[in-house]
Amino acid sequence: MTATIDRGSATAPVLPPRSGGSQQKQNAGPARERRGFLGTSTGKKAVMAVTGAVMVLFLILHVVGNLKVFSGAESFNEYAHWLRHVGEPAVPGRTVLTLIEVVLLVSVVLHMWAAISLTRRARKARPVKYAARRKSQASGYATHTMRYGGVVIVLFLIWHLLDLTFATVNPAGAAGLPYDRMVQGFAPERWPVTLFYTLALVMVGLHLRHGLWSAFQTLGLASGKAYRPLKLAAAGLSAVLVLAFLSVPFAILIGVVK
Amino acid sequence: MNYTVGEPIRDTKAPDGPIEERWSKRRFAAKLVNPANKRKLHVIVVGTGLAGGSAAATLGELGYNVTSFCYQDSPRRAHSIAAQGGINAAKNYRGDGDSIYRLFYDTVKGGDFRARESNVYRLAEVSVNIIDQAVAQGVPFAREYGGLLDTRSFGGAQVSRTFYARGQTGQQLLLGAYQALERQVAAGTVKMHTRHEMLDLIVSDGRARGVVVRDLITGEIETHLADAVVLATGGYGNVFYLSTNAKGCNTTAIWRAHRRGAYFGNPCYTQIHPTCIPVSGDYQSKLTLMSESLRNDGRVWVPLRKGDDRAPGDIPEDERDYYLERIYPAFGNLVPRDIASRAAKNVCDEGRGVGPGGLGVYLDFADAITRLGRDAVEKKYGNLFEMYERITGENPYEVPMRIYPAVHYTMGGLWVDYDLQSTIPGLFVIGEANFSDHGANRLGASALMQGLADGYFVLPTTIGDYLAGGPFGEVDQDAVDEAVGQVRGKIDRLLSVNGDRTADSYHRELGRVMWDYCGMERTDESLRKALERISELRAEFWQNVKVPGDGEGLNQALERAGRIADFFDLAELMCIDALHRTESCGGHFRAESQDADGEALRDDENFAYVAAWEYRPEGGPVLHKEELKYEYVKMTQRSYK
Amino acid sequence: MSGMNLTLKVWRQKGPADEGRMVTYHVEDVSPDMSFLEMLDVLNERLILEGDDPVAFDHDCREGICGMCGMVINGVAHGEQRATTTCQLHMRHFKDGDTITIEPWRAAPFPVVKDLVVDRSAFDRIIQAGGFISVPAGSAPDAHTIPVKKADADAAFDAATCIGCGACVAACPNGSASLFTAAKITHLGLLPQGQPERDSRAKAMVEQMDAEGFGGCTNTGECTAVCPKGIPLETIARMNRDYLRAK
Ligand SMILES: Cc1cc2nc3c(=O)[nH]c(=O)nc-3n(C[C@H](O)[C@H](O)[C@H](O)COP(=O)(O)OP(=O)(O)OC[C@H]3O[C@@H](n4cnc5c(N)ncnc54)[C@H](O)[C@@H]3O)c2cc1C
Ligand code: HEM
Ligand code: HEM
Ligand code: SF4
Ligand code: F3S
Ligand code: FES
Repeated sequence: MTATIDRGSATAPVLPPRSGGSQQKQNAGPARERRGFLGTSTGKKAVMAVTGAVMVLFLILHVVGNLKVFSGAESFNEYAHWLRHVGEPAVPGRTVLTLIEVVLLVSVVLHMWAAISLTRRARKARPVKYAARRKSQASGYATHTMRYGGVVIVLFLIWHLLDLTFATVNPAGAAGLPYDRMVQGFAPERWPVTLFYTLALVMVGLHLRHGLWSAFQTLGLASGKAYRPLKLAAAGLSAVLVLAFLSVPFAILIGVVK
Repeated sequence: MNYTVGEPIRDTKAPDGPIEERWSKRRFAAKLVNPANKRKLHVIVVGTGLAGGSAAATLGELGYNVTSFCYQDSPRRAHSIAAQGGINAAKNYRGDGDSIYRLFYDTVKGGDFRARESNVYRLAEVSVNIIDQAVAQGVPFAREYGGLLDTRSFGGAQVSRTFYARGQTGQQLLLGAYQALERQVAAGTVKMHTRHEMLDLIVSDGRARGVVVRDLITGEIETHLADAVVLATGGYGNVFYLSTNAKGCNTTAIWRAHRRGAYFGNPCYTQIHPTCIPVSGDYQSKLTLMSESLRNDGRVWVPLRKGDDRAPGDIPEDERDYYLERIYPAFGNLVPRDIASRAAKNVCDEGRGVGPGGLGVYLDFADAITRLGRDAVEKKYGNLFEMYERITGENPYEVPMRIYPAVHYTMGGLWVDYDLQSTIPGLFVIGEANFSDHGANRLGASALMQGLADGYFVLPTTIGDYLAGGPFGEVDQDAVDEAVGQVRGKIDRLLSVNGDRTADSYHRELGRVMWDYCGMERTDESLRKALERISELRAEFWQNVKVPGDGEGLNQALERAGRIADFFDLAELMCIDALHRTESCGGHFRAESQDADGEALRDDENFAYVAAWEYRPEGGPVLHKEELKYEYVKMTQRSYK
Repeated sequence: MSGMNLTLKVWRQKGPADEGRMVTYHVEDVSPDMSFLEMLDVLNERLILEGDDPVAFDHDCREGICGMCGMVINGVAHGEQRATTTCQLHMRHFKDGDTITIEPWRAAPFPVVKDLVVDRSAFDRIIQAGGFISVPAGSAPDAHTIPVKKADADAAFDAATCIGCGACVAACPNGSASLFTAAKITHLGLLPQGQPERDSRAKAMVEQMDAEGFGGCTNTGECTAVCPKGIPLETIARMNRDYLRAK
């Protein structure tokens, strides 16, 4: 075998990582820090898993509620009303709903905080990209959409709350009954809204397809033989959720629900 | 031949009395170090294999102030990691008649009566504790369904005394020692310097007091001083260039110590392993061992006819020569390593070898597959078959494997007494680096046992006795400067030749000379030829080698060149040793000394001694003989017919 | 023998503080029976004779057990061949005319020392934090005192086969050392001998892993896919479980 060199065919220089690590003397690495639970990556992941699970539970309840649209305006409005008055008079109005809202808000905030913190840690840990295009060796593109998928979901949530909760961007307005807000919100001429919802839901689906089994793994509940069924169940549940959610706007779009 | 005979070695410091009591006696007689003083006593341990890793961890645990070195980037990568088969211990968990005495007996006999009885007995005695220690550390040995440890019989032993962890026993034992070592690093008792290569020994006032090392990353030459130095730097099989050893295995540490006064014991004793994957081309950089267990079911053969280049499948049964079964009907394919190796060489020398260059014999599983079924064979040997296929691209289920012997282990090494102390006071040598307890031939699964026995149990006791005799005073600055000067001088010299051949190309050529003339079969003529070639090659090396770069920073070519320079000198001593020992014993086969059947013929009358060589810069080495006495095991001729 | 002609794009970097870049080399007549490292040996011999600096890369055993070797070949740690270390990779898996990109492990806690050599001492420090069972030499009870279920012993062994190569970190998009750390936690945590220190071990090792600057695990699974010893993802679940339990 012989070898020759193309001197001069070097590609553009890439700077070495800036972290001070390279100058370290061997053995004299960073000392272990006794951080609290929330300080470690594993702790943060557990927070994500728990808050994620809370949000998933909410989504399941949410979709069940949404499906009441198919039983007519009455039923749906009643459900919305019930949500706001459940537990009365033992507790003041909206107690339960507010509770849900607070839990959700805390969950979203913690979930996002952990996600951002872990993402920043990951960026710092991998400052230099490979020159060769990385081929994913593990199957599952869903995994690689978690971060921007999350961002899309946040944007969606903001719109969604403005649309259907505060109704500021909803044609039926804040005064409208929930059912009307819904039907008018997804009216055929507002198809871009429906499209946006669809896109967002696909992201939610992908997020959950990975997130659902990932949460089990993070909490240490997964093991050997459980992976296949877990992953299948995660994929199944996310698909069902997405389709169930989408059934409402599409039913309105094609006029099955008016 | 250029050597002189000096004073014999009369005292090995082994206590006398009944052999079973010698180690206890020695332990009791050993002076103890006051615990409060241990922290002030500084011990350097070079090497982090089974021997060095376990020694440093144990000395740290005892409270000594330890500094440890290895050339790899982590102590966990020492070559011990590659050991596959297992580790012997006289536990007699099977109740199959094993005992300390039997292990002792087998080892003395296996070593072809060239090992020291006292040492071997101690090794067998301590073997039991090693298994306890390893299990407590979490070494995941193979277990039976009842939850107890599994054992197997290995390397022709008639009892089942080999403990194993699949095919990765060395790895698991080393990780156990490594973890114990890292625990001490965390505790602050051991300072670990990875990617540091020892290049010289500092001897002050007649005692070993430190080492000169090169930081392989920065290129800095550092000196480290201590009250005692332990070398655990492994074997020197790489003098043959191609061997089953890791690429970095070298002789530098022990050779430098030898030059400073430590005697070198039995340098010519090399073990050649019969089942390795043959060489495929001249780019080949190392040889891979295939477990010996393959010979349990595989049948070894070559074509009957010279130069028969038909595919193995096209050679009919009656045109094949199952030569091991033919020559050794009693043991067949299971004859010991040295015998199987030599037989393979013989058939290849006759021109009946197979594969590239005719350097290979078939190891055929066709019969086993018909007899046991493919599944059963896969279950037993699946991993090995896969490894073979990965390297050769051939499927051993369909085509017979090709195997060839390769250098595997060096029984020789620095001479040590019963306390594992070399002839330089304060310099202790353990593991494969010493001339060891294996005599002229090592039994399978005994090297791991010896390394750990030395490191966990023997050295920590005997070094304490030495250290209790201190303090040894200030280290002479001139001795330090001189050693550093030597190291610098050698590096500068290597870098300044700037010739037109790479160091590796010399190494390859040296290896070839050693393999051809000082390998499986040695003759007076071949060894003289080797000596001639070595000195020519060495002279050329120093005039024509090209080492790129400078001494500052990581320079792997420079590291290699330095190691190769020492291999030349070692190779010369090996040949002198092989030449002077006109008998055949164990792994050392002198063609002139064989019986009517072509088997190794010992000459107990004249050679029942350890050859301990003293270095002399001029006039050749000096031979000191340590006579070997066999009070317990009767000397007999080995026979496997 | 007519061999293959290949183009190599190799990361060259003089020292830790220097800039690096990809440099292109051509190698001709490569035998398919060569190992990947032997191919680089031949290139290096050539570079030396031409007065160039040979490519620095780590290696020792060359049989897939010491964990010293490791490079990212065409974007994949240890190359695309599964369950294989770089030293076990053979050239027969490449075709004449191929271009092969060779890079060092990339992760901030693994700074480049030179060319393809990185500093993996962070792994040793993770072990120092708790990857052991404390047992002074000579103090161990007889090995048969505590029987171990075969299944546990086997599973512990599977985890214990990690060679500390660092491919998992190199492949992980988060630069996480979870698989390596989890392998040790699993090995020791499955054995009865490892129980007394099980909680403190998990906690300490996870904390050290973070302190070294490795990323967190998002269960991407790239690590197991490239791991030459096939350390399973399950070990990470176990690490998480032990860590949470330790709280
Ligand atoms: C493929 C193979 C399989 C084997 N299988 C078995 C088996 O099944 N059973 C058995 O009993 N034996 C087996 N052996 C033999 C056994 O593995 C070795 O003899 C034993 O592990 C040697 O251990 P050691 O501690 O003496 O040295 P090593 O493990 O070789 O350690 C040497 C240490 O010294 C360091 N070092 C070397 N030179 C220097 C220097 N100049 N400066 C600084 N540091 C240096 C290295 O970094 C390393 O840490 C096998 C050997 C091979 C090659
Ligand atoms: C608010 C915006 C969100 C962001 C930025 C976000 C981001 C992330 C990220 C980065 C992960 C880690 C991915 C991984 O494990 O690989 C994750 C996990 C997860 N997310 Fe989200 N997510 C968001 C919203 C949601 C929502 C609304 C839900 C539920 C409906 C959810 C459920 C989950 C679950 C169950 C996990 C798995 C946790 C784990 O792996 O342990 N996330 N999310
Ligand atoms: C097509 C799909 C969806 C429809 C039709 C829908 C419909 C609605 C409606 C009508 C409300 C108002 C309920 C009320 O105030 O009474 C609501 C609230 C809400 N929705 Fe959705 N939703 C959909 C998808 C989602 C998704 C995917 C998420 C989360 C990722 C989500 C999160 C929420 C939240 C957080 C609220 C506020 C709940 C509260 O105020 O307590 N929705 N949704
Ligand atoms: S887990 Fe696998 S990839 Fe990671 S260090 Fe261990 S062997 Fe290498
Ligand atoms: S690839 Fe990285 S994200 Fe986790 S599963 Fe492996 S450590
Ligand atoms: S060189 Fe040892 S694993 Fe590759």
